Order: sequence, then C-alpha cells, then structure tokens
Amino acid sequence: MSALSELGKLKKGAAGGKRDNKAAFIFLLPWLIGLATITIGPMLMSLYLSFTDYNLIQDPNWIGLNNFVRMVHDARLLNSLRVTFTYVLIGVPLQLALALLIAMVLDRGLRGLPFYRSVFYLPSLLGTSVAVAILWKQMFGTTGLVNQLLAMVGIQGPGWISDPSTALGSIILLHVWTFGSPMIIFLAGLRQIPTMYYEAADVDGASKAKQFFKITLPLLSPIIFFNLVLQIIGAFQSFTQAFIVSGGNGGPSDSTMFFTLYLYQKGFGEFDMGYASAMAWVLLVIIGAFTAINFYAAKFWVFYDD
Amino acid sequence: MTTNIEPLPAAAADAVEPARRPPAAGAPKRPTRKRESRGTLAFSRSAKVRAAVKHAILIVAALVMIYPLLWMVASSLRPNDVIFREPGVLLKTFEAGNYSAGWNALTNPFGHYLLNSAIVVLGTIIGNLVSCSMAAYAFARLNFWGKKWFFGAMLLTIMLPFHVVIVPQYILFSQIGWVNTFWPLIVPKLLATDAFFVFLMVQFIRGVPKELDEAARIDGAGHPRIFLRVILPLMTPALATTTIFTFIWTWNDFFSQLIYLTSPDMFTVPVALRAFVDAQSSTSWGSMFAMSVVSLLPVFIAFLIGQKFLVKGIATTGIK
Repeated sequence: MSALSELGKLKKGAAGGKRDNKAAFIFLLPWLIGLATITIGPMLMSLYLSFTDYNLIQDPNWIGLNNFVRMVHDARLLNSLRVTFTYVLIGVPLQLALALLIAMVLDRGLRGLPFYRSVFYLPSLLGTSVAVAILWKQMFGTTGLVNQLLAMVGIQGPGWISDPSTALGSIILLHVWTFGSPMIIFLAGLRQIPTMYYEAADVDGASKAKQFFKITLPLLSPIIFFNLVLQIIGAFQSFTQAFIVSGGNGGPSDSTMFFTLYLYQKGFGEFDMGYASAMAWVLLVIIGAFTAINFYAAKFWVFYDD
Repeated sequence: MTTNIEPLPAAAADAVEPARRPPAAGAPKRPTRKRESRGTLAFSRSAKVRAAVKHAILIVAALVMIYPLLWMVASSLRPNDVIFREPGVLLKTFEAGNYSAGWNALTNPFGHYLLNSAIVVLGTIIGNLVSCSMAAYAFARLNFWGKKWFFGAMLLTIMLPFHVVIVPQYILFSQIGWVNTFWPLIVPKLLATDAFFVFLMVQFIRGVPKELDEAARIDGAGHPRIFLRVILPLMTPALATTTIFTFIWTWNDFFSQLIYLTSPDMFTVPVALRAFVDAQSSTSWGSMFAMSVVSLLPVFIAFLIGQKFLVKGIATTGIK
C-alpha cells in the first residue's frame, strides 16, 4: 500500500526480462528533467548555499560553518525548534489517538457510516487553508467564539491567541481537528482484521479492553506506524496556520514561531538565503532523524503477521 | 496488421475492479471481516442500547467538529457587532452586505483572485495528469536500466520536505524572471514533481491485468499506443483521484503562492485572503468570513463530488 512498504520491497529485486530502455526513458523524460532541475539540482545548490552568505544581490561568499555556528547562538531559532517540537510531539499523538478512537467506533458495521466518515473527514481537507486559519484566529481571540461559548457557562476565557502560554495550544488544536485523513487509513486497516479473532476471544471470555490490546493494536500496528511516520514528517513542515493566526510574526513573544516560519522570515523576509538554506538542511536532518528513530523503534512494537 | 484494440470493453470493466479495491493499507491479505457475522446478537436489547449510545456520541462529536464551519457561514451573514456576541448558528437577520463589502475590499474584485487561482489549479491539474501518468506507466510496465534506483528516488522525493529545495528554486525562477507569474507554480507539476501521484498511478496500473497489454502488443501496438489506448482509459479512477487531490491541495496551497506572487494583480485566493487579514482591522470579520466562505466553497464542492475517489485515494496510498 504505502510508499514506506514499497521502499522495503525494493531490496527484493526486480523480475528479469527484456529491457525497453528507449521507450522507458521517453515516458520518464518529464519526471527525469524534474528530478534533476526541480529536486536534486536545487538540493545540491541549497547545500552549497548553506555554507555561504548569499543574499540574492551579491555573489555568495564561502563562509564555512558560520551559518551553523550562528544557529547554535540564535536564541529565536532555538526557541522556534522548541515550539516546533512541542507542536509535533503533542499534536501528532493527540491527532492519531483521536483518529484511532473514532475509527474504532465507526468500524463495527455501523449505520450511517458514510455520513459520519464524511463529516469527520471534511476538516482535514479544509484545515490547511488560509480561510480556516482566519476562522481560528477569530475563534480563539479575546471576544471569539470559544470565549462566547465559555461565557454561557460563566467562564471568562483568556485571549487564547494573544497569550503566549495558550497560543500554541490553539494551533495544536487545529492540527488535532484534522484527524480525518489518518482516521480513514485506520478504517481501511481495521477492516482487514478477521472477525474470527474477536469471535474466538469472545468465546474465551476476553474483555473488550483485552481484545483491543491483544488483537486490534498488534494487528493495526503497521498502520499506526505508517500514519505516525507520515504525520510527523508533515507536522514538521506546518506553516500556514501559524503564519495566519500570528499575523506572520510568530507571536505573541515568538510562542508560535514555527521553524518553517522563521525560515520564511530569514529567507524571504530578510533574503538571508544562506542562513535559510542552512536551516532547511537542519530541518531535513531533523525529519530524517525522526524517521530513522521511528523505523528503528518499529522493530520493538510493530507486528507483521506474515 | 491493424491495431484494433477497441473490442475490449468487457475485459476492461473487469480490469478496473481489482485496482479499485483498496489493497488496503499494508496489512497482508486476509479474508475480509463479514459485517453481519455477529448478527445473531444485533437485535437484542443491549445491542440496541449500545448502538443508540454510540450514535449519540458520534453525533455530538460530529457537531463539535463541524460547528466552527457552520458558525463561520452564519457569521458571514451577520453585522460585525453581532459576530462578537452571537455564538449560535441560527440566523435572525440576513445580512448579505458582508459579501459585497468583502468582494470589493482589495485592489481587485475578489473574482479576479478566484480566476487566478483557477488558472493555477487548471495548469497544475493538467501538468500532474500528463507527467505523472507517463512516469507511472514506465515504472509499472516497462523494464529498464536502473529502474530500482529511479523508483526508490521517486519514493524518497515523496517524503522530502520542500524547504530544502525552495530557496534555490526561488533563486532559479527569479533569475529567469518568473516571480509574479504562475509558471513557478505550474512548470514543476509538468515535470512530475508531485511524486505522490506517480506512486498512486503505479499502484493502480499494477492492478490492470497484463494480458490486456499483451493482446494489444500482439495486435502490433507499441508502448505509446498501449499507454494511450489501453492503460489510460482504464485508469480513469486514478486520474480522477489525482485531479481532485491536485485541485484541493493547489487551491489551499499557501507557502509557494506567498513567495512567488507578490504583486496584487497576480494574487491567488489564499494570498489575497492573507492580504485582507493584514489590511483590515479586526472590526471587519464579517466580510473576511464572507470571502473565507467563498474561498472554501470550491473545495467543499470538490469534496462532495469526489468523496469516493478521495477516500479510496487515502486508503490506498495514505496520502493526506
């Protein structure tokens, strides 16, 4: 199913047979040009730029590791890492837990499943739009929808997005709100678990909780793993929500200054492109490290039933 | 020999089936669970109560999820001062003025930005359909030098964060004078850089029986003809999925449109909305909501039309 499992299969080798090099490379030509000019070329270029002081006007000067040294001493950058990690490490598990919970409630031959599925899925299509970010900005403002609702039960809510201690929380909530797409992947996975396992467990008198931990969770673990890897990669790159909700400055007090937002400010606000390139590579290394850790940890908890 | 590959409709219909079924997510093939197998108890009283409780919880959850959107639509039809004290969604008055105010709030009427977005979306859809289907055909059906490596590279680019390429891409496109044109948003799609869709289509083509290609080949068809006349017509579900996802993602895409489109005449919907937020004080939420609703409407319609393809696309490839 997934790009991940495909990567694993690559080692197993392709079937032999006649080669159609000419035809194949004609079909692949647009993709190959794109790979070279839009992906690999720019990647190498940005790696080079990360060791320079390029600013779009003057020619780049080689400054060695200066950009990286500068990062270690850049308090705003270190803060942006902290903000991004908080967002990823809280937002992704919450989102996936909710996705799994709702998928499990929806799974057992429920009436109206297509309706519920649509309603829960819709926010994940809209959630990355500027329009929803605008809505969020209003909802979590001092006189926004959330505080109006709280006032009805006599609670005076804070200005969620103007208070540094709650601003990030409201953006995390927006991320959790988009649990619909992993939910659909979970639904597809749950459907693959044979009922006979549960029937046998019922006969043996196993409780529902026990069935969840001993049947559902192990058999679903490859899909949980897959969702986890993809959602983490995606969450590290979140940008729009923080940009719109904070008015582009990552405020208040840099509390929603995502790493990508800081990168945007450096690269496209100040045209400090050498520094922005170095930041981009740091992001790539962080995402790569998280993915590697995930794959390593998977050995201990992901269960393959074949 | 004539290359008549028309009389295949019956086989063609069969061919679509296996690929349509999501080769569901990673799990090995097992007999699918039969929904009704627990049916003996389904009509007992406790089961009925449990189902009712479940529905009650789900309806409340669904309402919580959807409420902000409903409230935004309702608020877009209210005067500004009411927005701040009316958490309900039922309308007592009906104020369409926000829509005309919002429509004309920026340099250009909002229709201008809708049109710009539509041009970008159309270009990216065409680009993705053409370039990704070609690449997918090669990966799914042809044997060639370095295939494993190229395929691996393609899969890796799916997971590559675009920030590592965006700075040099910006430099490249600004040097050829493409800033404030739609080309930086469209040309990469013509070069199959949305590798997601290549992968989605590869998966789909693998589900089409090879016998169909063989039959066409025996009739003398070459690869271009097999691609155009056999594979492409059979992979319309995958093309539809690609179209809808490309539409929604491009319509919502903010980052690249933000950096490449800086002149108000070239603004697309997301960039225009952002300019709106920046320009207005917080007193004009009504017209901002009105334009936000306008901007979400195409996505919502695409969702209604293409739900089936969206759900299948996610289940088979795990894309967002």
